[in-house]
Amino acid sequence: MFEEVVRSKWSIFSAGLLLILLILPSFIPRFYVYLLALIFVTSLLAMSLNLVVGHGGLFQFHHGVFYGVGAYTVALMLKKTSLPLWTGFVAGPIVAAVIGLVIGWFCVRLTRLYFGMLQISLGSLIWVIVFRWYSLTGGDDGIPGIPVPAILSPAKNSYYFILIVLVVCLILMYLILKSPFGSTLQAIRDNPQRCEAIGINVRRYQLAAIVIATFFAGVAGVLFVVLERSVFAELLFWVLSLEIFIMCLLGGWFTFAGPILGAAIMVALRTFVGIFTEYWTLILGIMLILLIFFLPEGVMGFLQKLFQHRTKDTAERGQG
Amino acid sequence: MDFSALCGQFLVGLSRAMILFVVCAGLSFVLGVLRVPNIAHGSLYMIGAFATFTVTKLIAGSVGFWVALIVAPLVVALVSLVAERALFRHLYQREHLMLLLFTFAISLILTDLVKIVWGAEYRSVSPPDLLKGSVSLFGASLPRYNLFLLIIGPLVAIAIWAFTNKTKIGKISRAAAVDREMVGVLGINVSWVFAVAFVIGCYLAGVGGALVAPTASITLGMGHSLIIEAFLIVTIGGLGNMWGALVGSLIFGVTQSLGILMWPQFAIVFPYVAVVVVLVLRPQGLLKAVW
Repeated sequence: MFEEVVRSKWSIFSAGLLLILLILPSFIPRFYVYLLALIFVTSLLAMSLNLVVGHGGLFQFHHGVFYGVGAYTVALMLKKTSLPLWTGFVAGPIVAAVIGLVIGWFCVRLTRLYFGMLQISLGSLIWVIVFRWYSLTGGDDGIPGIPVPAILSPAKNSYYFILIVLVVCLILMYLILKSPFGSTLQAIRDNPQRCEAIGINVRRYQLAAIVIATFFAGVAGVLFVVLERSVFAELLFWVLSLEIFIMCLLGGWFTFAGPILGAAIMVALRTFVGIFTEYWTLILGIMLILLIFFLPEGVMGFLQKLFQHRTKDTAERGQG
Repeated sequence: MDFSALCGQFLVGLSRAMILFVVCAGLSFVLGVLRVPNIAHGSLYMIGAFATFTVTKLIAGSVGFWVALIVAPLVVALVSLVAERALFRHLYQREHLMLLLFTFAISLILTDLVKIVWGAEYRSVSPPDLLKGSVSLFGASLPRYNLFLLIIGPLVAIAIWAFTNKTKIGKISRAAAVDREMVGVLGINVSWVFAVAFVIGCYLAGVGGALVAPTASITLGMGHSLIIEAFLIVTIGGLGNMWGALVGSLIFGVTQSLGILMWPQFAIVFPYVAVVVVLVLRPQGLLKAVW
């Protein structure tokens, strides 16, 4: 019953937040609409990473690649083919998931740091190809001016589109994590040997998790194109991948919504700190060190602990 | 494609591999002894290059470079000593993921500090007079500086081998790599062994930075692009294995330079393909990993 109370509180909170986000664009300046949409895109990316990192315990070091692949796929299809506009939107996540399947197939045979290193090398391979293949991808110039469907071109429309896709994806992720599949995945994270012993095909589960996560990263990539209308090779560089990692850490790996909070804090800080100083990465580095020393479970993990302590106290007092 | 061009390109690849080796040996040493995957290693390499630039500006003439070759790595070692004593030593017990993110944070800070100290412009260093021009080797002309690198690389390898096998502190740090608790039980101050090992590893990053300075333009992004290569090299060689770092560097350097002959636009792709092939065939690395 205690859990139900907490859950209902959460769902009321989420519904309220969603309502606010739905009416907000009518009241705030255009820049903030853009900023919120950027937070949504980044949140989805961080959430997709956390599926495999926080809940799956995998060292998914190069998640940015799948984001970039999704973005480049839709960008190239919109720019260079005459296929119906929406096919690119479907193709982006699918191509990202296929690449995720291929890379994951190699990676799940290894564990921990070796898993991460193999993924970085395979991911860097894709980055290098994108970076060098000027005739197709524009190399380090990227692809500017991507023609998105006309209905999405007003800032408010793209905002609502991104918000709706984000909410649908979050619901799907929640259902996946609450399903037997999600529970098995978390069991594998906590004790892979025991799971192997009771007859779970650990590698297949991990591979499935990677494919799901890379699919959602591809969705985030598509949303990025909707928002920015351009792509560039930095999307696939390893620095971005580690930044997504930081968002998960900042928000809290072991909570469901933590990465959203982490992404919101990172994007907002980058934007506002960037106004005052060009030394944003210095601030980010200091923030990250403080986080690792004092708040290793992230903001959300910390709040959850605080909250749980307090409710437990009151519950005990009620009993006594 | 004639033989001498192939030969020349091969030698250039070897000499580039020597710089990679010096950096990777340091990274591998830190990884082996301290179990820290140090992303900041790339930033320290960058600091080494920028420090070399400053020293050659302060001391005119070709003596400047030789002084820089001594001084720049010491600057890097000093920075790493401060970082180790102030921050790293509190975190050795944490899991790898946290350590990785922590070193990423250090690298972000160091990159911006370099930006504050040296600015964001491209810098360059010219090689000393003794190493200007080129020599003819196996019918191919090779810049003298690359020849110098080909000599320095093996010397560094021998020095590292002698340090880890012949000196007491080297032996202790090898022992600490295998079983740090046992070393502590024997009454050795493990904390200081770690500090020394860390500083030596970072010193090598500084040497690499000083060596690369005359061959490439010195930029703020050089650390970030190098460190990923260095990690891959250390992984395919076998984590913590110094000879593995040498083998990995040779594979990386030579495939890249031969790739330039075959397909210039995608030359940089070849080493990554080589790394993927090695990791798929031998996931644990070519040589025996320390852990």
